[in-house]
Amino acid sequence: MSNYVIIGNGTAAVGCIEGIRSVDREGKITLVSKENHKVYSRPLISYLLEGKTDVERMKYRSDDFYDKNGVEFLPGISAEKIDTDKKEVTLDNGKSVSFDKVCVATGSTPFVPPFEGLDSVEKKFSFMTLDDALGLESAITPDSRVLIIGAGLIGLKCAEGIKDRVKEITVCDLADRILSSILDSECAGIMQKHLEENGIKFILSDSATKFEGNKAYMKSGLEVDFDVLVLAIGVRANISLVKDLGGEVNRGIVVDTKMATSVKDIYAAGDCAEGYDASIGANRVLAILPNAYMQGFTAGVNMAGGDKEFTNSIGVFGLHVMSAGSYDGECFEEKREGVLKRFFVKDNTLIGYMLIGETERAGIYTSMIRDKVSLDTVDFELLRKVATTFAFSDENRRKKFGGVV
Amino acid sequence: MKRVYVNEEWCLGCHLCEYNCAFANSGLKDMADALKGKNIYPRIHVEGDEKISYGVSCRHCEDPICVKSCIAGAISKVDGVVTIDRNKCVGCLTCVLVCPYGALAPSEEGTMQKCELCLKNSCGEPACVTGCPNRAIVYEERG
Repeated sequence: MSNYVIIGNGTAAVGCIEGIRSVDREGKITLVSKENHKVYSRPLISYLLEGKTDVERMKYRSDDFYDKNGVEFLPGISAEKIDTDKKEVTLDNGKSVSFDKVCVATGSTPFVPPFEGLDSVEKKFSFMTLDDALGLESAITPDSRVLIIGAGLIGLKCAEGIKDRVKEITVCDLADRILSSILDSECAGIMQKHLEENGIKFILSDSATKFEGNKAYMKSGLEVDFDVLVLAIGVRANISLVKDLGGEVNRGIVVDTKMATSVKDIYAAGDCAEGYDASIGANRVLAILPNAYMQGFTAGVNMAGGDKEFTNSIGVFGLHVMSAGSYDGECFEEKREGVLKRFFVKDNTLIGYMLIGETERAGIYTSMIRDKVSLDTVDFELLRKVATTFAFSDENRRKKFGGVV
Repeated sequence: MKRVYVNEEWCLGCHLCEYNCAFANSGLKDMADALKGKNIYPRIHVEGDEKISYGVSCRHCEDPICVKSCIAGAISKVDGVVTIDRNKCVGCLTCVLVCPYGALAPSEEGTMQKCELCLKNSCGEPACVTGCPNRAIVYEERG
């Protein structure tokens, strides 16, 4: 009987459990979870503060998930070391668990630069875990002025989550635009305007150099008073368990299309892993939830002796914008009142898109990126106007709708 | 399992399936009460032009990407039917981002909805099928 150990308890871990169980109903699965919670949906923490969900409903799987899948669940425990000779994982409670295969699904940790005077700030939070969100929730009042460092997805979702519960929100970023990793200037400008209309202030192309209690000193000379500080600068993949083994790591733990690391019997999945991204033709960490699940599932199947491959190419999503793939290609634009769509084409296939104002049925575009559909076989002019399966060839369409898919 | 299929050559493009769908899922007994003067949110919609048309609804894929992608764990496959727990859904649109058929859309309340084969409403079998005047939509087993 096989012995599986999963380190981490997020989406990739759930994918891994379900992947293993799709092949092997019997093997022993042990799950080591640093957080003292059963699995919950991490991206929902902003929706929790917004009141759109609650702790009960944000459970990613039902309470009996571990039992039903025969998983020994070890909450509140960290894995310290993987010993490939003894084939055991050393835990921080002094015990160890033996393994045949390990999946490292350790996610990432907020990155906090060494700001001068950060220790003098009393109420400061990252925005990554349920405990972060609950801590932030208990710190804010209707009179709070909140300063968020970082105008990426984490910072902006945090702003959205608390905007009706505080007096004022200021978001600052070193970049000259918001969501700089997923949007170009024009799209980011449209988003920024939308957020400003919702009462959020921005300080861009600027960074905090120093904190003194409830005051931030910016590089530009600006001083910002605040009551609560949220640090959403970025995250670092948790790679140390594999790095310590001498396994190949870059920004994430390098995995092949089967989610195997360079170390025998060790797999990695989710935000800690750096997999091949078909849309850019190179490895990258793509820290979004669907990716984590699918990488975890793929790892699980392969750990259990099955055969499955996966390459990233889903995209990143946000607020009222959707984007997917990459933007390194010829740009086709579709613009009308309240709508901006940009499509990026390379080698006669769609490789990426940004959509603002009209996101209906965008999965039709995403599937074209995923399946590398040749634009010769579709009515691309029609597709740019509206996402419709009618733009596919008769044959292709009948295949899609005529049978089991 | 039985799924909904559309025969393009029989579809008249009349959009009745959309109205029957919205009515079946309204929970109301009277069609006029359910639909008259209201925006409707059907889970099937007709695509095409004057010559070719066909209704599109959830394919209940063998390996549904929406289930794997849902950030809230709100979509699951139960007895072959891809189903949404609207209590858990937060309306983040990730499923819209990934579904190759464009089969999910927001409901009036903002949570997502999709065809669940009328198994949860009082119809018991797909209303689009029973109401199609030209039998262009069928509910049957295919390989």
